[in-house]
Amino acid sequence: MSVSPILSALRRHKAGVVLIGLQIALTLAIVCNAIFIIGERIERMNRPTGIVERDLFLIQQAWVNAPSEEIEGSSQKLGAMQQEDLLALRQLADVESVAPTTSMPLLDSSWNEGIRLDPEQQQQTARVSFYLGDEQLLPTLGLRLVAGRTFTSADILHQGLRDIRQPPVVIVTKAIADLLFPHGDAVGKVVYLAGTHKPITIIGVVERLQVPGLNRWTASFAYNSVVLPIQREGFFAFYAVRAKPGRLQAAMQAAPAALYKVNPLRVFADIKTPAQSFAAIRARAYRDDIGMAILMGAVCLILLGVTAAGIVGLTSFWVGQRQHQIGIRRALGARRIDILRYFQTENLLIASGGAMVGLVLAFILNLWLIRHYEMSRMPLIYVLTGVVAVLVLGQLAVFVPARRASMVPPVVATRSV
Amino acid sequence: MFGYYLDLALRSLRRNKMLTALMVLAIALGIGACMTTFTVLHVLSGDPLPDKSARLFYPQVDPLDMDGYEAGKEPERQVTWIDGMNLLKAKRGERQALMTGGAVPVQPTQSSMDPFFSDARYTTADFFPMFETPFLYGHGWSEAEDDGKARVAVISRSLNDKLFDGKDSTNQILRMKDTAFRVIGVLDNWRPNPHFYDLNMGQYSVAEDVFLPLATSRDLNLARNGSRNCWGKGGGNDDEHLEVATCVWLQFWVQLQSADKAADYRTFLDNYSKEQKALGRFERPSNVRLSNLMEWLDVNKVVPSDVRLQSWLALGFLMVCLVNTVGLMLAKFLRRSGELGVRRALGASRREVFMQLLVEAGVIGLAGGVGGVLLAYLGLWLVRLQPADYASLAHLDLPMLLITFVLAITASLLSGLLPAWRACQITPALQLKSQ
Repeated sequence: MSVSPILSALRRHKAGVVLIGLQIALTLAIVCNAIFIIGERIERMNRPTGIVERDLFLIQQAWVNAPSEEIEGSSQKLGAMQQEDLLALRQLADVESVAPTTSMPLLDSSWNEGIRLDPEQQQQTARVSFYLGDEQLLPTLGLRLVAGRTFTSADILHQGLRDIRQPPVVIVTKAIADLLFPHGDAVGKVVYLAGTHKPITIIGVVERLQVPGLNRWTASFAYNSVVLPIQREGFFAFYAVRAKPGRLQAAMQAAPAALYKVNPLRVFADIKTPAQSFAAIRARAYRDDIGMAILMGAVCLILLGVTAAGIVGLTSFWVGQRQHQIGIRRALGARRIDILRYFQTENLLIASGGAMVGLVLAFILNLWLIRHYEMSRMPLIYVLTGVVAVLVLGQLAVFVPARRASMVPPVVATRSV
Repeated sequence: MFGYYLDLALRSLRRNKMLTALMVLAIALGIGACMTTFTVLHVLSGDPLPDKSARLFYPQVDPLDMDGYEAGKEPERQVTWIDGMNLLKAKRGERQALMTGGAVPVQPTQSSMDPFFSDARYTTADFFPMFETPFLYGHGWSEAEDDGKARVAVISRSLNDKLFDGKDSTNQILRMKDTAFRVIGVLDNWRPNPHFYDLNMGQYSVAEDVFLPLATSRDLNLARNGSRNCWGKGGGNDDEHLEVATCVWLQFWVQLQSADKAADYRTFLDNYSKEQKALGRFERPSNVRLSNLMEWLDVNKVVPSDVRLQSWLALGFLMVCLVNTVGLMLAKFLRRSGELGVRRALGASRREVFMQLLVEAGVIGLAGGVGGVLLAYLGLWLVRLQPADYASLAHLDLPMLLITFVLAITASLLSGLLPAWRACQITPALQLKSQ
């Protein structure tokens, strides 16, 4: 079909054509960027933590009657209280393993420091987050050891909150091992904590363990975790508990009850949910991202709906306006399909024009977002998919009025309105 | 004349119900989305203490060692114990308070209640008068009680309701971490927005339930919450030697009466830094900042970037909706060329036709505005269901409600301008001829 009659017809509706084109362009620019934002959020949420998340839960609690750490021998007392708790939890039928810990991935409560290869160097070699726990921490979190050995109970230091002795050995993630020792021989090598001269030997490497922090800063060292063989003995203690497969709910019910039985004078971080499943920790960590993704998705859908409705409305008017002309064309021998094609081609032309402008707008918007909202560059595929999407949307929207146009009988030509 | 135009507009709108509904819905959606996000933005970027924020200042000094030094970089956002105490004792401001967040295990006397954690603020005497906290019963503590590490507490109204059934609990005993505290004051409802005095503790979180003298909290070694940044050899993960550790973990606020006083205070901070450097405590060259409350919120980028992004998104959405409406109105007005031609031929001036069409656009705008307000209420209700800590604050107030209507009508009048102008360019003779 020749395009030139369509173009000359469009020239008579300049304002309408420009408006619908502009609407398509704006829709394309916004929808592409919104979907890109959704994609980024989903990617963020899909980051692996490195732990086996199923059947895992966390208990954060403190003793109300803990002896003050000023008193001589309080450290032993606090250690004994914690040991009693661990024993009670380990005896539960639905519990597989238990470990004291200081944090968890996605918990957003972290202790971060720099580590160095040379105690004299001024700048740190890598920023890391620490996890403190006993020899049960690796199996409880389900971490996979890829080199060296895991902790034994002989490695574990028992420390009160007040003494700060450094352990002689640590386990690091593969991310740190590769960063510090690119030749893959990290096990047996020595590192130093910021501001100290005491060598610490790497005895094992785990495949992956995400740091607890969730913000942009911690994302720059997202997998630089170091596990220290230290059991902290203070007035509070966190326990990571792995339930037997499929027994998570039962274990989460039983664990706080068992702890209350050992010692009722304790407080849980959240009295309503003394045991938090890892799924709940994950949901809370990413709730803002989920909310943003849903909002962006909803706006995209409504936007596409409004644009489609606009196309239907405007084309319907044009069809109504051109009844007479359509009738003439039909009387001169145009088939129904020709009329249908006419309106479809017309829409394709407008939508393509709009999509061209929209493509440019989408990249300008992306640049603006990069500048003001620290977003990354949008891959071309998002825009191209968007272009295809608006063209298809235009065709779908135009179909109903175009079909109505094709139904106009040739006899209309003989009537004078 | 207006009544007649209105009548014409309603007739015309009734004639094509689907199209009218589409235009009204588009405007309503755009306005609803905008007002929802703008209201959230408006609530989040509000001034927590409108009468006083210009007189409250947050000083920053740079106590770090030379490790990682970059000239002119923003200094730490909190202070060490030593600097905090020095600034507090110097009393260079009208009022000043040093503080940190924490959590205390509360042991209710009622046997029916298990012990629970309450968020606490460990601070100094001026906190209450400086931030103008409303008292339901009693009062805050004095400097003497700070110095004497007194076992006294100010509690929130909600904690007072929970533990003492809302009765005047001053001079009652409250047990926390196995220590008896005397309640000396109960705050009335107080929720400064944002939680400006310690932004590490959730930027829009509610105010704490328990307020204790800072010295008392250190004496009893109560658990503290919030951010702590340590450096050098004195750093460590040790809660008990924080007084001497090279760690920043306290917030310091000062009230200064005028801009002159603020300039004086900045000089004082500069001299203090130089003096500390001369003493060997500080290593870096003097690098001080003094922000007032609103500047401090800006520095901390308190309004979540997601919320700002959502506002832009909603604005873009409104724009698409308006372009949509302009297109539809244009088609509609031009379709009525015949009718308008007759009106022109019967003596209506261009101006009158233009006015008539604008009235029609205005009616759509008004209907869209009403729809937009309803959608904004729905949107804000959805926002309040979100778990974010600012969610409960999202309410439409009267100014925002008025803005909604003004925005809706302005938007639809603007979108009516082009179509109406185009429509009144019609040559009546041509239209009549083609009839």
